[in-house]
Amino acid sequence: MSEMEGGIVKKFLYVNRKAPYGTVYAQESLEVVLIGAAFEQDVSLAFIDDGVYQLAKGQDTKALGVKNFSPTYRALEDYDVTKLFVEKESLEVRGLSADDMVVPVTIMGAQEMAEYMNGQDVILSF
Amino acid sequence: MKFSILVNEGPYTHEAADTAYQFTKAALDKGHEIFRVFFYHDGVNNGTRLTTPPQDDRNIVKRWTELGEKHKLDLVVCVAAAQRRGIADADEAKRNGKDADNIAPGFRISGLGQLIEAGIQADRLVTFGD
Repeated sequence: MSEMEGGIVKKFLYVNRKAPYGTVYAQESLEVVLIGAAFEQDVSLAFIDDGVYQLAKGQDTKALGVKNFSPTYRALEDYDVTKLFVEKESLEVRGLSADDMVVPVTIMGAQEMAEYMNGQDVILSF
Repeated sequence: MKFSILVNEGPYTHEAADTAYQFTKAALDKGHEIFRVFFYHDGVNNGTRLTTPPQDDRNIVKRWTELGEKHKLDLVVCVAAAQRRGIADADEAKRNGKDADNIAPGFRISGLGQLIEAGIQADRLVTFGD
């Protein structure tokens, strides 16, 4: 946590653990990130477990009858949300790599991710 | 310590809704401060006054209202999540052309910014849900 001109700046980490469809958590998590961006906090996003599918390329939701919101992740850059971390182990067991992601990400091992979480002020886990 | 509470699950389906209440009550009993309780996802369903559980069961909504009155809690229901799930106060109902509102006493509807602020202002933000 640091004091900057205009108020407190905390380290916010959004932890995304669930598949993009099947439950609403991923979509409503992204809504928090977009609204939260206006507060000028130190924001980063972590994608773990099935959460890595949120960033997977080629999502087609037509048959589900729900909106494909994955293009919104590409807009995060415009909101100055650029720290996106994907857990290495979660990607590997699902046969995915950084090339399969819709946005540039940093791959992080589970141990490193745990340490990163330790350094955060506010963790919102969805 | 100053806590903020995030409730992400609906009442009766998920124990998280009960645990959030028990935690909040225990923290207050121990002399801690609760900056805000924010209801998100299906958690917004903790704020409908139409809830009518069987008489021998706990009334989760009423319990929040009563705790809120006693400790002047700020019980905030997310507007976007509430609109999706049909939770409305009088203003929201009017604005969206609905014929009724159902927000429980002591709750208010507001935006996600209130959650971010809760994270900024509290020493700890504690999340209840999956």
